[in-house]
Amino acid sequence: MLGKLDWSAIPFDQPIPLGAALIVFIAGLGVLGWITVKGYWPYLWHDWITSVDHKRIGVMYIVLAMLMLLRGFVDAIMMRTQQLLAIHGPGYLPPEHFDQIFSAHGTIMIFFASMPFMIGLMNFVVPLQLGIRDVAFPTLNSVSFWLTATGALLVNISLVVGEFARTGWLPYAPLSELAYSPGVGVDYYLWAIQISGVGTLLTGVNLVTTILKMRAPGMGYLRMPMFCWTSLASNLLIVAAFPILTATLAMLTLDRYLGFHFFTNEAGGNQMMFVNLIWAWGHPEVYILVLPAFGVFSEIFSTFSSKPLFGYRSMVAATMFICLVSFMVWLHHFFTMGAGANVNTAFGIATSVIAVGTGVKIYNWLFTMYGGRVRFETPMLWALGFVTTFTIGGMTGVLLAVPPADYVLHNSLFLVAHFHNVIISGVLFGAFAGFTFWFPKAFGFRLYEGWGKAAFWLTLLGFILVFAPLYAVGLEGMTRRLQHIEVDAWVPWIVIAASGIAVMLVGAACQIAQLFLSIRDRDQLRDDTGDPWDGRSLEWSTPSPPPPFNFAHQPHVENEEPYWSMKQRVIDGQDPRTDRHYEPIDMPKNTPTGFVTAFFATVIGFALIWHIWWLSILGFLGAYATFVVFAWRDQAEIVIPAEEVERIDCDRTAAQMAWLRRGEQVR
Amino acid sequence: MRIGDRQGANTASCMLGKGKVERGALQRSNYAAPVVARAAATLFAVAAVLTGCSGGVFDPQGPIAAGNTKILLNSLAVMLVIVIPTLVALLLIAWKYRATNSQARYDPEFVYSGRIELIVWGIPTLTILFLGGLIYYGSQRLDPRMPIISDKPQLNVQVVALDWKWLFIYPDQQVATVNKLVIPAGVPVHFTLTSASVMNAFFVPQLGSMIYVMNGMQTDLHLQADHAGTYYGQSAHFSGDGFSDMHFQVHAIPAQEFGAFLSGLKAGTGVLNADAYLKLAQQGSDVSAATFGHAQSGLFDAIVHQALPPGLGPTRNKSVSEPGIRPKANPSPTGSANPAPQHREEAHDAR
Amino acid sequence: MNDHFDTMPSDITAGSARRDPYMLGRSSGLRDGRSRQEGATGRGEGGPAPKFVTVTYGFWIFLLSDIIMFSAFFASYAVLVNATDSGPTGKQLFDLTRVAVQTGLLLTSTFTAGMASLAIERRSMPGAQAWLVVTGVLGALFLLLEGQEFITMIGENAGPTRSAFLSAFFGLVGCHGVHVGLGVLWLGTMMAQLWVKGFRADILRRLHCFGLFWHALDIIWVAIFSLVYLLGASQ
Repeated sequence: MLGKLDWSAIPFDQPIPLGAALIVFIAGLGVLGWITVKGYWPYLWHDWITSVDHKRIGVMYIVLAMLMLLRGFVDAIMMRTQQLLAIHGPGYLPPEHFDQIFSAHGTIMIFFASMPFMIGLMNFVVPLQLGIRDVAFPTLNSVSFWLTATGALLVNISLVVGEFARTGWLPYAPLSELAYSPGVGVDYYLWAIQISGVGTLLTGVNLVTTILKMRAPGMGYLRMPMFCWTSLASNLLIVAAFPILTATLAMLTLDRYLGFHFFTNEAGGNQMMFVNLIWAWGHPEVYILVLPAFGVFSEIFSTFSSKPLFGYRSMVAATMFICLVSFMVWLHHFFTMGAGANVNTAFGIATSVIAVGTGVKIYNWLFTMYGGRVRFETPMLWALGFVTTFTIGGMTGVLLAVPPADYVLHNSLFLVAHFHNVIISGVLFGAFAGFTFWFPKAFGFRLYEGWGKAAFWLTLLGFILVFAPLYAVGLEGMTRRLQHIEVDAWVPWIVIAASGIAVMLVGAACQIAQLFLSIRDRDQLRDDTGDPWDGRSLEWSTPSPPPPFNFAHQPHVENEEPYWSMKQRVIDGQDPRTDRHYEPIDMPKNTPTGFVTAFFATVIGFALIWHIWWLSILGFLGAYATFVVFAWRDQAEIVIPAEEVERIDCDRTAAQMAWLRRGEQVR
Repeated sequence: MRIGDRQGANTASCMLGKGKVERGALQRSNYAAPVVARAAATLFAVAAVLTGCSGGVFDPQGPIAAGNTKILLNSLAVMLVIVIPTLVALLLIAWKYRATNSQARYDPEFVYSGRIELIVWGIPTLTILFLGGLIYYGSQRLDPRMPIISDKPQLNVQVVALDWKWLFIYPDQQVATVNKLVIPAGVPVHFTLTSASVMNAFFVPQLGSMIYVMNGMQTDLHLQADHAGTYYGQSAHFSGDGFSDMHFQVHAIPAQEFGAFLSGLKAGTGVLNADAYLKLAQQGSDVSAATFGHAQSGLFDAIVHQALPPGLGPTRNKSVSEPGIRPKANPSPTGSANPAPQHREEAHDAR
Repeated sequence: MNDHFDTMPSDITAGSARRDPYMLGRSSGLRDGRSRQEGATGRGEGGPAPKFVTVTYGFWIFLLSDIIMFSAFFASYAVLVNATDSGPTGKQLFDLTRVAVQTGLLLTSTFTAGMASLAIERRSMPGAQAWLVVTGVLGALFLLLEGQEFITMIGENAGPTRSAFLSAFFGLVGCHGVHVGLGVLWLGTMMAQLWVKGFRADILRRLHCFGLFWHALDIIWVAIFSLVYLLGASQ
């Protein structure tokens, strides 16, 4: 009846996961109770859960990402403390638990923290920057988000019901095959990633179509803001790479569920094929993550230097260059597999060639600041922190692309330090920079600068304190994923790294304090202008938060920085508004399709993990029924009357004009 | 840094490896900015001293490790030449053009310059060209499959990664050890490696290059310890719950003492045959029988060709899973769930 | 160089275009009514594309991603084709007669799907429904033959658990079969929708996407037919 599921799945004998789960459960109950008491359910249901507004979905993505970031960070703290406490001893986490933690840490940080954060930013910003009212497929967007949430939910369910994978964040076969991982851990991994992967793929399709087919009149390719270009590159990579992940995980699933032999030791299965396939997705994946961050930094360097981006065309070329080359380098993840010297040479050189694109970007950012007026506000601090540390991380990356160096550094903590160096300073700093930068746009009030700066400096310091020692200990020969340590020479470094994570923890606390205090004091931090940073692209031309339809009039774009130009004209004393005629606007109608689909996806995933076949069939039927019901609806759009458009638009324009005229006189 | 030690070598004495390549002796490096390389080396030497210089990449004890380290440092130097000025310029410019600095010129029209673009693309490209040369040179010269050129005949060692220990078979001497590798100093060692179950990586940091080991496959690696000493070795690829205990000691002993070691080993009682191997291949880190005075020949090939079945994995959890969803019992000998006698017979056949 | 900014028709227009900062050699181009189009580069002149274009374009992108997924299965087949583990090979297993019939069925169904598109173009409900039914039946027959092939092979101890080669074969061909199955399900749903809702704009878009999907499956089948069956049977 319940497949493999019984009471033994709950780890009653392990206090740590059980306690953690209990806390999360109680906190969750508390939040739900608070929502019920306050009567927020209708608001939540109508304005968020069923919303197909790209801005709301973007915000929900980022909320999910931040929660998962915390979860992943807790895992990181446990790993660092375990290694600290397990010098010549067992520590407090037995191997079967420690292995789950580092697997969950990687999986969560990549798939459920970094990805949703970047996708959330793209979702929120891209349509605004393109001057349009929504993405190409709003309902699909909602489905994508909720499928991602399903994946995250499944990973977190594994904390209490059963176990998570003990294979690392990429389940290398044959360790992940049934013979060596008979538990449900790998199944949790497979279904969580598969379901959220479908969501990501659909997002990719959605945003590629949006960027290529839905731009405001006049916005040619070479007038798109840099963030849109990097988003385009990132989503093209999603569309091209995620199907490989889907196929690879499907093969592993077939191996585990139906006894196929794609990657098994037996019957001619080929484990090297798994490694090749997973990295054919995995390497583009790192550029999927980091390219949008490059876009965020481009926007920030330009805005906070009060200058257009230097070498725009060069940047576009570099972005597309990275996008293309990222598919030709996957083999550098396993130089040590014993491929021939020529193969390793070719992939080594291809890998270092990617650094050319990144190098070009760094120089262009440098020259963007040259001759500018650089304001060191929080987003700019993140950007500067990024560009300095990322350069180091990039350098160690190229070092690892030199096969003979990789022969002694592969899988060491040097490698771990390298990819954290690029992912934390690239993706995470980018995410925080973008979060601080666009937060006033999304909510109409700014975040506290002081807390933000404190968070930045502490995070930067903690990050250096954690990962500089890991570089060193990697050079000492320490390999990754060790549950306990027997070599004394490594100990000092491990101690420093553990102290660093304490600093990062304080940084994270500042970040949380910043958010909560800013929400509390939102009236003091209110920004009526819609343009708190003296921005340059179209998203700053709408009020904050933007109305559901984004723009009362569809913008016409005639150069690279449409909003900056508009402000210039206001300085010249012109009124930019010539069109005072308002028309009703059609907007896509909210629908619970995404939420309901995700509900059934959760049911299907859980049922398949525990081999509850009847339930998975029910889930599939439910998902199909949802699909049909959605397809059957007669009315897909609602009309916002012209009067309402006018009212919303006039309110904000008055405030904005007053501010522009006052603010711009100074310049 | 003694890549040059391979000079004047006797290629003919090299055993045939898969990728045997005959090459001229390596030259002392003149391919990377030597001054910077030396500076970087000094820098890292300082770092190495600070770290206690204990068994890491910067304390190479063999020609391969020295070569790895040298390529590493040279690449680092090539990149630092460009990275350091870039970082300095970046921070200086950010500071100079701060909004509060009224002295700095504000030039918002400065957004394109063909000459700068040329430099911007040119500098990284040149760096990578330079590095590309290093990559080519290093990959060709330090190919793990390439025999080390030496006037001494090489020692053959077969390595099997088990769950979670290392089995070292000396095929020519027909002895075997577990988690303890004894090699003569100054003699090139040719490792052929495989895995009994999942993927692992064989890595002795001070001797250099690591290599993956995989079931049903054989990889090749050539290493040499220049001096007598004890070196730390480990698995560098996560392989399951016992992974952290999967380390071993490499004892490099003076070459003249190696014969004595072997005869000491041969005097031992343990016999490594298919039975003993299957027992050893069961999951666990406990190494009770650490040496085998006699190792049956052909055992390694039987493992590589899967005449001996892959390791079983965890047996304790098997009862949890439903019988219906497990892979069907397979007619091929290697797929069956229990090590039936037929495997042993096949192992004998393989011999 | 042009400074007549007051004629701009929108609330957000160019003020600094005269600078042409990226040396693209274009002016702000607002001398007369039509030159705004000349001023813009790329394909952004007209603003967002109509819904029909966006939907079909997005579906094309999806199809490309689907084809990439198939290419991963093709790659695995290419890697494992000789890993028969001393079990049966393709030459011993493949029944080219059945495969030929299958190919005929699927190719014909592509033709009938095309006929259905033409009937939809004419807004002929009986024609459209009739051709769609034929398409679906052909697809179902194809699936039936494929199921028969699979069952026969499994009965001969040549199922996917026998060897890696057979795993890859079942994976690749089965993945295509699942796609055809989903296509038939989609087709049935679309026919019901068309019946109830008539030739509405959104139904027409979906039918068009279905057509794309069905033809794409045909292309993939041609690749399977030649690379798996013909090549396998000839070796």
